[in-house]
Amino acid sequence: MTHRKGKEGAFLFLAPALLILAGITLYPLLHVFRLSLHRRLLIFDISRFVGPENYLYLLGDTRFRNALGNTIYFTVLSVLLELLFGLAIALLLNRHFRGKGLMRTIILIPWAIPTVVSARMWEWLYNPDFGLLNHLLGFRINWLGSPFLALNAAVAMDVWKTTPFVALLLTAGLQTIPRDLYGAARIDGAGPWTLFRKITLPLLMPVILVVLLFRTLDAFRVFDAVYVLTGGGPANSTETLSIYAYKILFQTLQFGYGSAISVMVFLCVGLFTLLFIPLLRRRKV
Amino acid sequence: MTEIGFHSLCKKFKKTSVIDDLNLTIENREFFTFVGPSGCGKSTILNMVAGLESITSGMITFDGHSIDGLPPGERDIAMVFQSYALYPHMTVRENLAFPLSVRKVPSADRQREVEKIAALLALTPFLSRLPRELSGGQRQRVALGRALIRKPKVFLMDEPLSNLDAKLRIEMRTELKRLHREFPVTTIYVTHDQEEAMALSDRIALLHEGALRQCGPPQEVYAAPANLFSAGFIGSPPMNFIEGTLLLDLPFLASRLAEYRNQPFIAGIRPTDLRITGEKRENTLSGRVLFLETTGETTWIDLEWRGNRIRGKTGPVRRTARDETAYFTIPPEKLHLFDKSSGERLW
Repeated sequence: MTHRKGKEGAFLFLAPALLILAGITLYPLLHVFRLSLHRRLLIFDISRFVGPENYLYLLGDTRFRNALGNTIYFTVLSVLLELLFGLAIALLLNRHFRGKGLMRTIILIPWAIPTVVSARMWEWLYNPDFGLLNHLLGFRINWLGSPFLALNAAVAMDVWKTTPFVALLLTAGLQTIPRDLYGAARIDGAGPWTLFRKITLPLLMPVILVVLLFRTLDAFRVFDAVYVLTGGGPANSTETLSIYAYKILFQTLQFGYGSAISVMVFLCVGLFTLLFIPLLRRRKV
Repeated sequence: MTEIGFHSLCKKFKKTSVIDDLNLTIENREFFTFVGPSGCGKSTILNMVAGLESITSGMITFDGHSIDGLPPGERDIAMVFQSYALYPHMTVRENLAFPLSVRKVPSADRQREVEKIAALLALTPFLSRLPRELSGGQRQRVALGRALIRKPKVFLMDEPLSNLDAKLRIEMRTELKRLHREFPVTTIYVTHDQEEAMALSDRIALLHEGALRQCGPPQEVYAAPANLFSAGFIGSPPMNFIEGTLLLDLPFLASRLAEYRNQPFIAGIRPTDLRITGEKRENTLSGRVLFLETTGETTWIDLEWRGNRIRGKTGPVRRTARDETAYFTIPPEKLHLFDKSSGERLW
């Protein structure tokens, strides 16, 4: 009896949070899914149920496939680079040196700048005529004008901006590794590389996985950074899924088809999460 | 097979001196203990021998050769940490094998050594467990095993027993003694527990504020503490100190103490040497009972005597109670006398 009461009590305490979550997450999600099964064009005032038609169209849509490819390329490359640079910076910041506190603060600056501001900043750095980058290199490269360079330029900007966040989380992770372990391993005969491979890396793995999850989800949904920098161009070469969805939804007001793209983004992100969760569980030391 | 020498060893952290001019030789195969209150610098000495901490000046030698500049892994030492420092993501087997696998010992030999050491320390059933699945005592044995497996020249132990409960600590003391008999390797042990130091060591070194206060076999340090610090630190319960002025020449002291006549000094008497009785006898002094503490075999009694609080011993049967008068004798031959200003032992 008391047990039941306890359970009901727990539910009552959880109810406000669940209601709010349902209101701001679950309802929009279901609504988007419902929209994706409709043909709804605001301009022509059309709204009718079409079933899976939008999804069938997606399969043959080359622009969608292009956006998916761009998104995957952007995600894999930027997350990989952010992790490598972030780890290197975290390892450096974990050592003792003068001005360490100041260094930590300076490192965080790119992350503290609003995305739109830093995108504008990089747009000027990349500017072929007046940009600092070309000025320093002495060439005249149109960074954001060539399809190949533009996407990589967007990756570079994202790496610059988000590496501090990765470094911050990894620094926190490094600090939880007891110093005695390094002493013991050094006495056991381990050199710097063995220390890193046998002590640091395995013990940092839970944090690395969390960082990977955070960053992969964020990068996969990237919108503002790329949209402000290139607007998706040139020739859709930097158009990510979020940008494509935004253009379809809010520039051409095709609510049905745009919703179908959004649902695809949601399904991809959900799939990553499902893949990560067992890894995180297994690693809980 | 290693004799360890400390030659004018100094260690400073920024401007604070932690170890000040340490000179000492630890004999081959000796079980040597640095004992002292926390912050006395004993762990720092150990870390300098291990190579985990740099030396400010002076030298540490193994068999006469300086080890300065050798990285920890090349000193052929093994260390047991207070925290055990077991690798949390490795099984007991992997922990034990780590020093060997780092040194590229072939897998078959590694396997054999792990089995051997596990059997020696009764760890065989736990080889595939992770450290967090072990009890404190088992973790402690894994840490010992990881240190033993390589058969190093020198063992370093930094308060290895302080995380265990009292009963297990006594058991592990015996275990450590047994291991030292089986592997007679030069061992430096660090502890703040004087009883542990006394029980384990061939010789102990008392450290206080970075300086060596006394060094010798436990019995010698106990019987003839060289100064007030040593007298107060070694022995439980601690020694009673009574301030006074030397007025009377005791016949057997006369020659040594003549110059201290009418000078202030401090007399020390161990509670175990101060016998308390319920009735007045010849040569007894009397005091008021402040406090009684029974340990079963003995009862410790705190007395107030002429403004001093002194502790003495009586048998298991209480013959007195609080605020009563009790009588005690101080056997003159058990008295320790110290110079009041320098704290050095007079007699």
